[in-house]
Amino acid sequence: MADYYEKKDLEDFANIGEYAKDQGEKFFQYYGSSTSQGNLSEREKSLIALAVATTQNCPYCIDAYTNKCLSIGLTSDEMMEAVHVGAAMMAGVTLAHSTQMRKIIKKKEL
Amino acid sequence: MDTQEQLSVINGIGRPFAERVKEEKNALFVADRINTLQINVSRLCNLSCRHCHVQAGPDRKEIMPIDILKKCLETAALPEIEVIDITGGAPEMNPYLEWFISAAAKLKKRLMVRSNLVILADERYSRFMDVYQSGRVEIVTSLPAYEHEKSDKQRGKGTFGKTVEIIKELNKRGYGLEGTGLILDIVHNPVGAYMPAQQDVIEHEYRKKLKEGHGIFFSSLFTITNMPIGRYLDFLLSSGNFEDYMSELIKSFNKSAVDSAMCRFMVSIGWDGTIYDCDFNQMLGLRVDHGTPDNIRNFDIKKLNGRIITTANHCYGCTAGSGSSCQGATAENA
Repeated sequence: MADYYEKKDLEDFANIGEYAKDQGEKFFQYYGSSTSQGNLSEREKSLIALAVATTQNCPYCIDAYTNKCLSIGLTSDEMMEAVHVGAAMMAGVTLAHSTQMRKIIKKKEL
Repeated sequence: MDTQEQLSVINGIGRPFAERVKEEKNALFVADRINTLQINVSRLCNLSCRHCHVQAGPDRKEIMPIDILKKCLETAALPEIEVIDITGGAPEMNPYLEWFISAAAKLKKRLMVRSNLVILADERYSRFMDVYQSGRVEIVTSLPAYEHEKSDKQRGKGTFGKTVEIIKELNKRGYGLEGTGLILDIVHNPVGAYMPAQQDVIEHEYRKKLKEGHGIFFSSLFTITNMPIGRYLDFLLSSGNFEDYMSELIKSFNKSAVDSAMCRFMVSIGWDGTIYDCDFNQMLGLRVDHGTPDNIRNFDIKKLNGRIITTANHCYGCTAGSGSSCQGATAENA
């Protein structure tokens, strides 16, 4: 398992367009414009990215965006609040899906 | 850690900086036209900041004597020199600083002092606010974060509050306010093992937070990448961050930041008159080399212009990302 998540692999992210170059280039163009300042600030976007990174359990993204948030001057509390938004969303998403379960229960039970 | 040990550690990772520059630029790393004389007048300091490359503190003894200061003044008068940049330690702890400022102000050049400001809250040194104001000296101060706890973590307990108090006083005198011509710049450097963000992004937040939280104002903000030397190197090594940090600097090498590197336009003078390419080289004991006169007593601007700059792998700190210098970022991000 250790071989799958090596810290140095984060540096390989820049090379994901090695094959299927056209799609790779388009992805990086999209990634760059999506994560840089627009109507939302770079700070807001970095917090969103951090929250997504933690909910998706991506060690590379967590590393990259924790460093980005620190660089931008976000505080530990602000970063943790963003993680809580992600955690609350994940809990909410899970619980909202219980609707399907409850609907089935109600349909099946006598 | 002594300077030789530091050099051995930083040169032990990555390709030699000079080699990288030669490959990228197809040229040696040489100085351009020197316009700035940076003078380190004291390694003695009232603070012992955890990131300090000078390793300055109350126990240091190195103070620039009057005869060297006089030579610096003569040199500063050369028409080629446009900027006189005074640094330390705490420059105010040099007993001749007041004299030097008054004399240097008469040269009518850009005159700046790097003050920690905390020292001006001490009544023995508070007169320097008058000295700076009357010489129209630009003040550059370190404030690594706009949060009290984070800033104090780096500069010491109580330093944030005192700095804010002095900035309020300086603002009352017109420092940091538009239209007064009295410049008060803030230096931000990361409180940890990571790179600074883009200067304009951080500056915007500093303005907002310092105005809303403390009612204080400043002229510009400079972001400075922490150099992997001095106390900061100790921190990187003891916290297990050294390899990652160096790799980040090397990976972020930006060749456009090579052209605008501050050492190409300045020299740094040590307390004993030795000439260095920059203040970081000074703290590593790397004096100007390659046959260039290396003491203020035989300062020769013609020979210093176009000199080959002495480098080691800490230099990657000035060429990473948006570049870094005593005047903040130097280039567009790569």
